[in-house]
Amino acid sequence: MSSIDLTWVIGGPQGGGVETAANIFAGACAGCGLKIFGKREYYSNIKGEHSYFGVRVSDKTIRSNVSGITMLVGFDSETIFRHVEDVFDDGAIVYESELTGMKMDEVHTLDAQFKERLKKYLTSKNKPFTIQGLLDEAKERGITLYPVSFREILANLSDETKNPKIRGMFRMQNVLAVSVSLGLLGLPPDTLLKSVGTIFSRKAEIAEMNKVAANYAYNLATVKYSKFKYQLPQIPKEEHTMLVQGFQSTSLGKIACGCRFQSYYPITPASDESVFLESNEIFEVENNRPGSTLVVQTEDEISAIGMIIGASLTGTRSSTSTSGPGFSLMAEALGWAGINEVPIVVTLYQRSGPSTGLPTRHGQDDLLFAIHAGHGDFPRIVYASGDTEEGFYDTAKCFNFADVYQIPVIHMMDKFIASTVSTVPRFDSTKITIQRGKLLEKIEDAGYKRFTPSPDGISPRSRLGLENGIFWNTGDESDQEGHISEDPENRIYKMDKRAHKLDLALEQIPKEDQAINYGISDFCIISWGSAKGPILDGIDMLKKEGYKVGFIQIKMLHPFPTGYVQSLLSGVKTIIDIEANQAGQLGSLFNEHLDRKVDYYILKYTGRPMTCNEVFDSVKKIIDNKAEKKQVLTYGV
Amino acid sequence: MASNLADYKTEVHNDWCPGCGDFGIVSAIQMALAEMQVPRHKAAIFSGVGCSGKTSHFINTYGVHTLHGRVLAFSQGAKLANPEMTIIAAGGDGDGLGIGAGHFVAAGRRNVDMTYIIFNNGVYGLTKGQASPTLKLGLKTKSLPEPNVNQSVNPIALAIASGYTFVARGYAYDVRQLKDLIIAAVKHRGLSFLDVLQPCPTYNDINTRDWFSGLDNIDEMTNKPMPRIYKLEDTGYDPLVHIDSPEEENEKLTQALIKSNEWDSKIPTGIFYKNEIIAPYDERMAGRIPNYLENPPAYQEISSGGKSITNISKMLDALEI
Ligand SMILES: Cc1ncc(C[n+]2csc(CCOP(=O)(O)OP(=O)(O)O)c2C)c(N)n1
Ligand code: SF4
Ligand SMILES: [Mg+2]
Repeated sequence: MSSIDLTWVIGGPQGGGVETAANIFAGACAGCGLKIFGKREYYSNIKGEHSYFGVRVSDKTIRSNVSGITMLVGFDSETIFRHVEDVFDDGAIVYESELTGMKMDEVHTLDAQFKERLKKYLTSKNKPFTIQGLLDEAKERGITLYPVSFREILANLSDETKNPKIRGMFRMQNVLAVSVSLGLLGLPPDTLLKSVGTIFSRKAEIAEMNKVAANYAYNLATVKYSKFKYQLPQIPKEEHTMLVQGFQSTSLGKIACGCRFQSYYPITPASDESVFLESNEIFEVENNRPGSTLVVQTEDEISAIGMIIGASLTGTRSSTSTSGPGFSLMAEALGWAGINEVPIVVTLYQRSGPSTGLPTRHGQDDLLFAIHAGHGDFPRIVYASGDTEEGFYDTAKCFNFADVYQIPVIHMMDKFIASTVSTVPRFDSTKITIQRGKLLEKIEDAGYKRFTPSPDGISPRSRLGLENGIFWNTGDESDQEGHISEDPENRIYKMDKRAHKLDLALEQIPKEDQAINYGISDFCIISWGSAKGPILDGIDMLKKEGYKVGFIQIKMLHPFPTGYVQSLLSGVKTIIDIEANQAGQLGSLFNEHLDRKVDYYILKYTGRPMTCNEVFDSVKKIIDNKAEKKQVLTYGV
Repeated sequence: MASNLADYKTEVHNDWCPGCGDFGIVSAIQMALAEMQVPRHKAAIFSGVGCSGKTSHFINTYGVHTLHGRVLAFSQGAKLANPEMTIIAAGGDGDGLGIGAGHFVAAGRRNVDMTYIIFNNGVYGLTKGQASPTLKLGLKTKSLPEPNVNQSVNPIALAIASGYTFVARGYAYDVRQLKDLIIAAVKHRGLSFLDVLQPCPTYNDINTRDWFSGLDNIDEMTNKPMPRIYKLEDTGYDPLVHIDSPEEENEKLTQALIKSNEWDSKIPTGIFYKNEIIAPYDERMAGRIPNYLENPPAYQEISSGGKSITNISKMLDALEI
């Protein structure tokens, strides 16, 4: 069997059911044993602006998006204008046939910069600025066109089912569009219907109506049109595969590892996590009473971090989840947690900055900020996950780091991971360990001092409510009990005691948790976070063409595992830094900590995630000695 | 074992200026805790930053001296995670009504079962006497280069408008009344707010002890000073919302607001408003999480032998395909 790897994109106005359609598509494909990697792109807008969802499907493991579209599905005009250029020459377009007369200038949501670029392209092809013009150009390139009148389908379906209501139910266009495309792609109809049923499982009546519509559109596609050249096969399903959105991984990790207090202030793309936690606030606990997570929506992010510090002082595993703007507001309190040695976890779902930047788009912009946020010297751990699966297991690790070192931990996630839908092996909470460090359950004698010296610098930790465990905390420098002290000797003791934890962390945290070595070669990529997926897929593509490339994924970014990384890089000739920000922030960490410099930078800061093709092309250029020192990636609308 | 007043005092050196009203407030808190016999480890004093922020170091219970303006954030988090604790939050008027005003309002909406005391001295004491949000328009206290250009905020009215269910005012030099008010505030189920008039002899040379006692305000008939401070309870004022009706609530809110506007010649102290009908936050939570109060976040078991004991399989099942 030849392998299948295609990208299906559906677009439409925000609020028009694009996401539902994509979820049905992904569910149906995953139901046939296929691997899914899907991502959603949208504007900072609730209704009307263009949003689209791209789903890559394959029978092999996939970890990223590709540049290009195999099948484009649009029930509005903007989708056609925005994406036709990206459709592969052997691809297909499913579109609303009644829209072909639309002129570009009639679509108000198309911005001037985009229109100018597209007009230039159409002019070069000698085509009018209409949907027809674009489609003609597509046809000349070899693309298969599937004109569909969704209005007509609704009318016919209405007549056949003798249900006059259906005629005007344009909301169902999304379901019709997926169903037509799955018909063209030859996926068995029962998986489609099952997926529709799952998506609408909360509303039986709507589920039924949509199933009827899906079935009708699917059959129509198989009868009326010729099959698309690529067909989706049904392959044996791997047991215990989940279809997960990235943000669900950290939520589930938090529940599993015992985080029982979460506060948040709404912000994209972080708040989905808190909403998930609240939706699942009660759960079973083995041989015990039901457990619960208290989720508190606060008045701002300052309150969010303040509350979790207060909660953590009671011994509760506590965390907040935010994005760049919110994290900026947390800087002062982060230092308070640092000086008072309070374990907290801040899950930082990065997006494009600065300021509100590209509020709904991806970016790995906040690495250096996470490392430096807050005034004064205090220890923290900055830890980054590379994908959904890592998100689950790393969450538990971050809470352990926080408890063991009595330290704030910043867990770096991002928009790319948050909004990725992918097939992953079922999370296994038996693989999680829970280490609470020196948290005390009982104190027998009087005389407890919170910051008492100990050989490793970490003092036994009491918690509010514990008998004999009274302590004081203050944002001022303090003595062993926690009372304000400006004594110079005490100051040195306390500063060094806190700073020492980072040495300890470097020493104790297993090397493979600090950085992952995917192979070392003359040319070696260094990266962090969600760039991992496109890099691994890009490396596979390079391998097929005979290029050998190494890759080190740094997970612990602070304290920086200098010695370990240095040893990994000893045989490497050329270091290539790949990340989604403009400054090459990981690169600058390398330059700061290692005795050698990054040789090449591949950076992307358009807010759109990298594709594996981009990694492939840009790394290949470097190896072929045709690259500038810095390449900036641009793919994606 | 019974605790006496001395048990609630620490030996930490107190560096407030002589005559500062803060001394009276700390004493009143210690007396209240002793009288209620709150076990020391079951109480926590959270404080903001300012002269007033040092309060937590002088009281021998758990003490958390937080950040400027953030005392409510920290303390609510602690109380929600461990509802068994008796929590008193304390801070300056700049702390709570300036930099922390957003938290002040939001806390009222939650009605978490704890007590919040504002040390109202009209100035930013610790930063050398700039105008605080409660200083009246046009006043020029000692270290102001020019008279205050801002209107003052009315803390009692703001608390009422924000939803605090117990709103009262004390006077730092009337420690006995203040102690009683603190006890009433702590015992109230819900968020209690106490506005404490706190003379700052160093920087506020207008609202001084003598001014509150009316030494500048001599009754022509008796030739005696007319004290500004008076007690609401002495006037037959009834702050309690007795029945769950909009009319009753409106009446009690309105009279409290009107009372809160008294200032120049007559300044009421005592309880302005008390509503026991509105559910505290923990009860609202228990409505969602039935065992919240008996198994709160701080007491939940999460692991056994270093392994997770939380069963997430139902959530995973829902995601499986
Ligand atoms: C974020 C921040 N800004 C400014 C300060 C400086 N500062 C310390 S105390 C204080 C004002 C204190 O006034 P108030 O809250 O009324 O307390 P008081 O000293 O009068 O008791 C300020 C502005 C600070 N500590 N933190
Ligand atoms: S400056 Fe004012 S408030 Fe601060 S300690 Fe001195 S008298 Fe008290
Ligand atoms: Mg003040």
